[in-house]
Amino acid sequence: MKMLQTEIQEIESADELQKIISENDNVMVCCGRMGPMCIPVYDAMEELEEERENVKFYSMAFDNPEAHVIRNAPEAQGFMGLPFTMYYKNGKVANATSSIQSMDQITSVLDEHFN
Amino acid sequence: MNDTYDVMIIGAGAAGLTAGIYASRARLSTLILNDGAIGGQMVLTNEVANYPGVETTNGYVLANTMKKQAKSFGCKIKSNAKIARYHLEGDVKSVELEDGRTFSAKTVILTPGGRPRSLGIPGEDTFKGTGISYCATCDGDFFRDKEIAVIGGGNSALEEAVTLTNFASKVTIVHQFDHFQAFEHAVEEARKNLKIEFVMESEPREFSGNGSLQSLTVEHLPTGEKKNIAVDGTFIFIGYLPNTEPFKGLVELNERNEFVVDGEMKTSIPGVFAAGDCINKRYRQITTATAEGTVAALSASEYLRQM
Repeated sequence: MKMLQTEIQEIESADELQKIISENDNVMVCCGRMGPMCIPVYDAMEELEEERENVKFYSMAFDNPEAHVIRNAPEAQGFMGLPFTMYYKNGKVANATSSIQSMDQITSVLDEHFN
Repeated sequence: MNDTYDVMIIGAGAAGLTAGIYASRARLSTLILNDGAIGGQMVLTNEVANYPGVETTNGYVLANTMKKQAKSFGCKIKSNAKIARYHLEGDVKSVELEDGRTFSAKTVILTPGGRPRSLGIPGEDTFKGTGISYCATCDGDFFRDKEIAVIGGGNSALEEAVTLTNFASKVTIVHQFDHFQAFEHAVEEARKNLKIEFVMESEPREFSGNGSLQSLTVEHLPTGEKKNIAVDGTFIFIGYLPNTEPFKGLVELNERNEFVVDGEMKTSIPGVFAAGDCINKRYRQITTATAEGTVAALSASEYLRQM
């Protein structure tokens, strides 16, 4: 069941996430809630989705039990701020960030890892 | 590309979107240029329970509804518009974007909004997301049974400190003055909470830790004495700053860098209006922003009729 009210396509299961990152070279997943730190990241992703055809953009609800794959990822160890944002390159985590990120911070990661 | 509009609105928060609704519904060609999240500070509100006529909603939904309303009346919205230069004098005003595009209009409504103030001290950026937060609702449950600090002395700081005691074992409020600016009921609520301690007349100087936040250094202002407070997290609520830096020297600002406007939202430049969190006013609410956006659009319309 979808839990997030965004225009970004929402991943609902760990299996679905695995399938997506195995089938796509560049994937950004924002794992959060509908809160003030998360919404600006979803908004930035909505903007970027139109501009960056080489990247697939997804959300995943932090409170979805299936999101344990992100919550408990080694790259997210020590994270204490929503959202947890994961950048997957060829199926592996290329970068991960915690808490709100600006458009500039996100594009900087995308440029570094996905260009 | 060079488009000329009747009304150009800078910013797409509650004030800007409302101005867009009113101007485009009045059949004025209207463009909103925005850099950042559509909805501005409004989307940072989890629950909106005091917007008249709407029992309860959240800021994101309200912002999206306003955006759809504006678009339905023909308002154009260009996002991710990074403006390099403003030319606000004369009968036709224009802006130049960093990507080289130029847009012109006969009137401009400035609604750049505000942003949360940060401390700007060593360690703040380093530990954002690994101990430092600006949202208790979002991140409070990461600090269950941990010791945390709250920086600030206004309503947000005290109310959020009380909320955070639902998770944390101890909350230390650090405030620069010997009294709080918050409403009395918020101060009382915090003072009677046994989990809350107060460090008054003190300012944060540094955050430190190894991988995650472990310590906050504060300075007692009257004595200059510094001490370290062991914390697993710190929540910062020290107010907002108006996004008016690009307009210094162009439009009259007051001592708090807010636009000086009259009752019709006119700025010091004919044909340039301002509304929302960036103007000289006391109360910053979604309702006040929408009201000012309405007045600014109607004033712009009147200005165009008299041109």
